[in-house]
Amino acid sequence: MTSTVSDPRAPVPSRTGATGPASGKGKGKGKGKGSGSGSPRAKRSVAHRIFGRQPLGLLFSSPYLLFVLAVFAFPIVYSVWISFHDFFFAAPGANPDRPFVGLDNYVAAFSNPAVIRSFGNVGIFLLINVPLTVVLSLLLASALNKVVHARTFLRVSFYVPYVTASVAVVAVWLFLFNGNGLVNSILGPLAPSPSWLINENLAMPVIAIYVTWKQLGFYILLYLAALQNVPKELYESAATDGAGRIRQFFSVTVPGVRPATLLVLLVSTVTGANLFTEPYLLTGGGGPNGASASPVLLMYQLGIQQGQPDVASAIGVVLVIGVLIIAFIQNRLVGERDS
Amino acid sequence: MQTSSVKRSKRVLAVALAAVAGIGLAACSGGSGGGGAAGDLTATGPITIWYSNNATELEWGKQMVEAWNAENPDQKITGQEIPAGKSSEEVIGAAITAGNAPCLVFNTAPSAVGQFEKQGGLVNLSDFDDGASYIEERSGDIAKQYQNADGDYFQLPWKSNPVVIFYNKDLFAAAGLDPENPKLSTYDDFIATSKTLVDAGVAPFAIQPAPTSEFFQMQFDFMPLYAAATGGTPLIEDGKATFADDKGTEVAQFWRDLYDQKLAGQEQYQGDAFADGQAAMAIVGPWAISVYDGVNFGSVPVPTPEATDPKDVWTFSDAKNVGLFSACENKGTAWNVLKFATSEDQDGKFLETTGQMPLRQDLPTVYADYFAANPAYQAFGDQASRTVEVPGGPNTVQIMQAFRDAWSKSVIFGEGDVGQSLTDVATKIDQLATQP
Repeated sequence: MTSTVSDPRAPVPSRTGATGPASGKGKGKGKGKGSGSGSPRAKRSVAHRIFGRQPLGLLFSSPYLLFVLAVFAFPIVYSVWISFHDFFFAAPGANPDRPFVGLDNYVAAFSNPAVIRSFGNVGIFLLINVPLTVVLSLLLASALNKVVHARTFLRVSFYVPYVTASVAVVAVWLFLFNGNGLVNSILGPLAPSPSWLINENLAMPVIAIYVTWKQLGFYILLYLAALQNVPKELYESAATDGAGRIRQFFSVTVPGVRPATLLVLLVSTVTGANLFTEPYLLTGGGGPNGASASPVLLMYQLGIQQGQPDVASAIGVVLVIGVLIIAFIQNRLVGERDS
Repeated sequence: MQTSSVKRSKRVLAVALAAVAGIGLAACSGGSGGGGAAGDLTATGPITIWYSNNATELEWGKQMVEAWNAENPDQKITGQEIPAGKSSEEVIGAAITAGNAPCLVFNTAPSAVGQFEKQGGLVNLSDFDDGASYIEERSGDIAKQYQNADGDYFQLPWKSNPVVIFYNKDLFAAAGLDPENPKLSTYDDFIATSKTLVDAGVAPFAIQPAPTSEFFQMQFDFMPLYAAATGGTPLIEDGKATFADDKGTEVAQFWRDLYDQKLAGQEQYQGDAFADGQAAMAIVGPWAISVYDGVNFGSVPVPTPEATDPKDVWTFSDAKNVGLFSACENKGTAWNVLKFATSEDQDGKFLETTGQMPLRQDLPTVYADYFAANPAYQAFGDQASRTVEVPGGPNTVQIMQAFRDAWSKSVIFGEGDVGQSLTDVATKIDQLATQP
């Protein structure tokens, strides 16, 4: 399937044209100067490598770069440092000893069954949430794209849960899913026992569905934007070839929005891995029996409430690595492959 | 082209990360020598204090600040509510780390004091000449529970909310029970009464303590009853958990029976179950008297295995204390304000305004007029002298969370043996209690 898409876009050019429009002027010039000139060229390329082709660009991007360094890079490096030391938050003048402890914090974190369980929980969450998010948001976006009437109304309706604070929406879901809530009233004798949010097997799936529903509007918007870039001609030629609606969806729409799919996958995985508010509020602190505790909830309990930011950092570092691995796999499976 | 630009940006990123790491490490290793006046306990001048944001405490706090400022124009207090956050303890913890904690916080949870002390955030009140003596004269024997392992006071025991059972008289009458003499003193009676209430359909549940997993919820189910069953034994004594015995098991089994028989709800209730008539009883302190204004309620001490004279029943304190924070510049003023705010006069005003019990010995006799005029509060005044506090030390929250997790499993959700679960968690808590 992937080859059918990339074929028409990338007709194999003749060898002589290989430098083409994409390979940039600078590189062409550099090549023209010849390769035997030795040190001056090396010097230039070092400066070139650090400051790029447009050194001024660095100046323009520096405010944002500083922002990223201050609020993202510094904390992440600091937390890696914390995770290898005996660390707790202290008053500025206190200066406690913070010896290097190697992997002690990691051992402490992962010899705690609750931590292992929380990673399992978030795994269950991602298995339900991410595929459901991709499928539902793509389907709804395609449908919305075809809708003529009440388009804005529908888009806003899907978007409203996303912009509403989780704290507020959680209350609504509590009324829906608690023991004598609306859902159980409708189900009557079919209602699960124990009820949804205090059932060890159902608490995490309910949270996963809740988050899917809440975030859907955002991903629908991503897909809607992507759908505008799928050329109409492709649908026309597919129709000419006798493809029905379903065939068109799978052969034109799905491959056509693949970059958006990758984005949706990555973003929903990252937000899902950072699950906190829902187990904190919807299931009263990761209940029942830790069945809905997420790694971030435990990081909060350990790092903020229990004064062990070092162990919490260790969990955080493992979580980041885990998410990076999943993202890498997703990128490999779904992302565009560079030749 | 694309790959080379990716490589380049990766290199730039690596350089940047290395630079940031350097800054981070330097920041960690450097920065010695805090405020110059850190050890000075006599400095005077303006100070800032934080108080709780509930209406009645706010009213008292403002009144106290005004009274002080009128007499001490050169040492003015700036009072403000504790900034909003998930909990006061987190806000205070963050302020300690940032170095901008106020001088006094009139809402310091005893469960957090050990951590604040470890963080270097609190001043040892015993270092003031009259520190320990003032605290012990005011609070009596109960003060000892608020010392750290070395016998020092890093908190001033301020006020308590001794936990008792509130019951809804109307619902009891509707279920055919005597609303003036409810049978709630023994476990058997309590369960029988609960059963009558639920069977009669007057409320979905007899009692509804929060069944959620937060560490502090154990203060409102296990702790009061364990204190009552043992005549005031704390959870941890001499570094060892005390509760993995017959008494502890009996308390846990009592609650498990309530959950098993659906007399207590396993699911958190949105709102206040007692106020909404979802539960016929509540396990709360005197702060609730003004909150449950619309409910026709009575109060009795928490139940014990065998009937105990109410005059001998112990319970959990639900105390909030005052901490003097090390970031404070004018510690001399702060200490004087602390004494002023906990003077007999101000304690009386606090009692009148909030209905909470100052941690002051002989409360019923000192404020005899108040209790004569407010009989609803009388039992609390007497009960306030028999309260147990959470264990001290830097790992309190960890200990309580470990207990709560075990409790949630074996008591609320009825998995496994209650006694075994207490034994297991006691072993874990023994370890935690000795960790620095």
